[in-house]
This record gives sequence, structure tokens and C-alpha cells, in this order.
Amino acid sequence: MRAWRWLRENSILIIGLLAIAYMLVPILVIAVFSFNDPPGRYNFEWAGFTTEYWADAFGIEELTESLLTSIRLAFFTAIGATILGTLLAIALVRYQFFGRRAANLLIVIPMATPEVVIGAALLSFFLTLDVFQLGFTTLLIAHIMFSVSFVVIVVRSRLIGFDRRLEEAAADLGANAFTTFRKVTLPLIAPGVASAAFLSFALSIDDFVISNFNSGSTVTFPLYIFGANQRGIPVQVNVIATMLFAVTIIAMLAVIIQQKRAEKAAAMRPEEVANKPAISIPV
Amino acid sequence: MEGSPDLPPTDSAEDRAEQAAGKAAGSGSGGVRLEGVTKQFGDFTAVEEMDLDIADGEFFTMLGPSGCGKTTTLRMIAGFEQPTTGKVLIDGSDVAGLPAFKRPTNTVFQSYALFPHMTLEENVGFGLKRKKVPKDEIKKRVAGELERVGLSREAKRKPNQLSGGQQQRVALARALVNLPKVLLLDEPLGALDLKLRKGLQVQLKQIQRDVGITFVYVTHDQEEALTMSDRIAVMNEGRIEQCDDPESVYERPSTTFVAGFIGVSNLLPAVASSSSEIKLDTGPAIATPEASRFGTGERCFAVVRPEKLEIDLEGRGDTSKPGVDGVVETSLYLGTATQMAVRVAEGVSMTVLCPNVSDEERQSLPGAGARVRISWLPEHMHLVAESAGNKATADETPTDNVTQGVN
Repeated sequence: MRAWRWLRENSILIIGLLAIAYMLVPILVIAVFSFNDPPGRYNFEWAGFTTEYWADAFGIEELTESLLTSIRLAFFTAIGATILGTLLAIALVRYQFFGRRAANLLIVIPMATPEVVIGAALLSFFLTLDVFQLGFTTLLIAHIMFSVSFVVIVVRSRLIGFDRRLEEAAADLGANAFTTFRKVTLPLIAPGVASAAFLSFALSIDDFVISNFNSGSTVTFPLYIFGANQRGIPVQVNVIATMLFAVTIIAMLAVIIQQKRAEKAAAMRPEEVANKPAISIPV
Repeated sequence: MEGSPDLPPTDSAEDRAEQAAGKAAGSGSGGVRLEGVTKQFGDFTAVEEMDLDIADGEFFTMLGPSGCGKTTTLRMIAGFEQPTTGKVLIDGSDVAGLPAFKRPTNTVFQSYALFPHMTLEENVGFGLKRKKVPKDEIKKRVAGELERVGLSREAKRKPNQLSGGQQQRVALARALVNLPKVLLLDEPLGALDLKLRKGLQVQLKQIQRDVGITFVYVTHDQEEALTMSDRIAVMNEGRIEQCDDPESVYERPSTTFVAGFIGVSNLLPAVASSSSEIKLDTGPAIATPEASRFGTGERCFAVVRPEKLEIDLEGRGDTSKPGVDGVVETSLYLGTATQMAVRVAEGVSMTVLCPNVSDEERQSLPGAGARVRISWLPEHMHLVAESAGNKATADETPTDNVTQGVN
């Protein structure tokens, strides 16, 4: 009877915890199995604890190389997509031009289209175009292409809430258009731009389907894992996956802490400041 | 750059103020002239054929209800909008096509528009930095300006850590530090509470006198305009209805709109019965030399300010003075005065304001329902023509308790 009541009173907590567990347990399994010591080529059954593979995390040359390729790709994708997407967002929010509404709609199409379709379409496009060899360049083009939509959407929302009078104030104080953008607009939309950059980095490093079509002989981290799955996955995959996860978590925490601090600063309005007597003019 | 006046670097805000004041008296920091300026947004005409001459060092106010074109006019002077036709001259030179960042003007925005990511110091120094003023001079002038507005201790704070009144003062400092030829103020006190606003009105006027810079001030608050301005342009539907000093605008409004917008006004419909007499629709004929401005038989309105009226119970009081009879509808105690609405005819009511001189006098005032006679001295009555545009209606006038004589 008492147990039943306890369950009922804490049901939201329990359901919440279960949901979180559902989301996190697979990741936990990956992390745990990075300490496994499997006898064969497959790392699917627990055989014993070892830190051997952590010590030798970058021991498999192909794996390390694919990771570096992915990071490089994600880095350039983030830069390219963020610049392009930010400029696009500014154009879409700020300017009236023919086809603006259509452009606003078209921008979400890459997000809504199945990846397989984009991947296959890009492949036939690259083959027909016959300018680039399939490889890093085509991957970069493909990744920037599908990331731009996300950047536009993130930056656009930041721009919509932007007080245009701040730009007028800058102009009024003698700043030309470029200085105004550099000193006022960009710093104020920076949080949006930064999260857009992180997002496109994450999308790129994560992508498998589109990359699989357009990679040629270039092997990214997801492509390596998929390939390795056929032959047997080395424990290092778990180690590196865990590392990536840890880096992501730390980055996220850093962002959250930064935001909290900014909010706190914004909310702070000491009494003495508010209650100070009005102007005294030295005459 | 154009915005930097030809002043040598100075040591303190006071020095600077002195020099600027001397300048205003002498060589001139710059007046503003509008010649036939029209601004259209699509089909909508925001400002129509406006001519305006603002003298150097003047505190000039554009007053009107929202949508009357006052802010658009200000934005054309600042360079945020370009006139559709007509010329804007600042300090004698045509500024057509000159973008905002090249004009010798600075603006205090209604919402302050302080840069939230910069400290007060950085906000105030923003303009000087754009003009490539040497660093230590920027520091000195910024410190001086922050001291003037009493925010030296907050120099390192960000705008969102300040109260509204403080933010307003930063906005003022940020504009004034550049010593513009013309300072444009777009309802700078609009967002503040009444008490703070009153204090800042006085201080703003004082600062303007100190620095001697031409102030072009936009507001919808008639009291604010009357308190601070050297001259007021009362605007309505993109046109100037009257442009005059505060006393003239208040005492001698030239149209029904001005009479209704500035203060509480009593408008009594009348007709000019001869060149020296008018006949009130709701009362007697009254002799007035002003009738000569109207053709015989022409419609006009008699304006008398509420505080100039005398109210007596019917049958008493001085019947030699012009007046009308009516019934008290409401009587409101306002603290400094008692305000009564008196219905003098169907659809015509008048507001009477009796100062609270003593308890005794206040208690002797007629209550609601009393039949009364309202009278005034002939010199307190003024004739106006009906506005070409719409009449000021109750929802356009910002003042509380505005009573329209004509409905």
C-alpha cells in the first residue's frame, strides 16, 4: 500500500528517469565497452576490464586517419556553412527582394528531403558535372550544402529579434555600414552564429548517408565504422566515440555555464543603482 | 569628419560647455532648414510640403499626436530617411544624399538604443572612436560626459544593469559627447515615469543652455513641450498647424487642432456676425476685435482656457462679462484644483478649472447638477478657424481629462 503511494507520488520523476535512461544507456554501453577486453574481433560481449585500448587509442592508423579527415571536414564545413548561412539569413530577414518568400521556403527543403535522395542526387550531379573527383572536395560541398539550411534557421531567429535601432544608433554615431556590422550587428548575433557553427560541425562529423555516396576513396569516421562493422569493430572505435562524446558534453556545459552567467549579469540590477538620485549637473 | 566641430581638445566638460555656449552665441553650431519637404511611404504621405527654420542654438520642439509626421521629420534630419521631395539644410548646407553616419547630427532614441554588449564607457566613446579621436582624449571626454549626467561610478557597467532613467542619461551622454551641430531627441523621456520625467525635463533644458547646441525635440506631451521649448511646432497629419513660442501656442492657438491638443480647451462654435462681434451658437453675441479676421457670416470657434473661466450659481456673478449658462455634470477633485465639466448645450460642454486656494472656496463651488453661469473676461477669449485637417479628438490627445467643446 505504502509502496503504491510512493510510486504514485513520484511517478513523474520515475517516468522521467526511465526516459533519460532510454536515451543514455546505449551511449553508456559504448563507454563501458571501451574498457572491454574481447577475445576475438567482435566487441559485443563483456570479457574483462582493460585500459589497454585507451592507452593505444590512436593505434589503428586507418581509424585515426578517418577521424582526422572527419574533423578536418567538419571544421571547413562549419566555416563555410556558417559564413554562407549567416549572409543568407541576413539577406532573408533584412532585405525585400523578388523571390524572398520563395527563398524562405526553399531553404528548408534540404532538411526535409530524405538523406538518401540528396546523397544519390549529389552523386549523379557530381558525375554529370565531371569537374571534381569524388573525395574530400565533393564531401565538403555536400556537407556545406546540407548544413546551410540549419545555419540559416538558427541565425534567422536571432536576427528577427534584433533591434534595428541599434544599427541606426551606430550609423548616427558615425559608423559606416561595415563598421556597424562588425561592431554592433555581429557581436549581438554572435551567440546564434556560434551555435550555428557548432551545429554544422556536429552534423558534418555525424553524417553517413550522404557521405557514403560522395566520398570516393576518402574515408570519414562514420564510413570507417560502417566498413569495420563487416570485418569486426576494434575497441578503439568505442574509445574514440567515448572521447567525442565527452568533448561534446564539455562543450555543451561550457555554453550553458556561459549563458547562465550572461543571464545573471543581465538580471543583476543592484538596489543602489536603481535608487540613486537623478542627475546632478556640475555647473 | 563632418560631425566633429572645430574645437580644440579641451580639459573638462565645463570648459567644453563654455566654448560651445560661446559658439552658439557667436559663430553658430548650426541651424536646420527644411524647404518644401515631403515624405511619402507608398500612398501614405507622412510629411507634406513642410517648411521649417530652426535657429542655431534653439530648443525647438515638434509636438503632435502619433502619426503626425514628427518622428519622420526628425529621421529625415538625422539621415535615416530621405525626403521624397524638398531640401534639408543643416548649418546652411544641403545634406541631400548624405547618409546618417556623415551628418553633423546625433540622436537620442526613444528606446535609448544603447549597445547592450558594451559598457557605458564604450557606449559613450563609440562616436569619438569612429572619428579617430586620440585615445586619451576619448577617455577624458567620456569621463567628463559621464560626470555631467552623474554616472561616473557606473562607467564599467553594461546598460542592462541600469534603471530606465540612467539609461536615458547614457543615451544623452553618448550623443552629446560628440558635440553635434544639432542634437535630435525622439521622445527621449517617453518611457519614464512622471516624476523622473519632470526632473529630467528641467535638467535637459539646463544642459541645452550650457552646451548651446541646437536641440530638435520630438514629443507628444504638450506639457513637456511647453516647459522646455524656445519654440514649438504643433503638427497634425504631416503639416505644421502652428509654429510659435510656448506662450503664443498656449494663449493664442491658431486652429481648433492646436487649441484642442495643447492643454484642455473649450471650443465654442460661433459665427462672425460683423467685423467686431461674434454670436455664439449657444449664447450671447460678444464684441471682439478679432472678429475682423473672419468675413461676416463665417464660422469660427471661440477658445477660452479652463483656468480663465469663472463659475457662479445661476443668477449670481457678474453679468456684464460675456458668458454662457449650463449644468454641472461632473466635478473632479485634482488636488491642486477642482475640474468641472459643464454642459452648455446639446453636445457642447466646457471644462472649468478652479484652483484650490482655500477649503472654504472649494466647498462653495457648485456641485453636480447645479445650474451655473460661466463667464470670462473678453481678453481671455480667442477666435480660431477650424483646422484644415481633422480636429483633435479625444483619443489623439495624450492629456487626461481633455474635454472637447465640439463633438
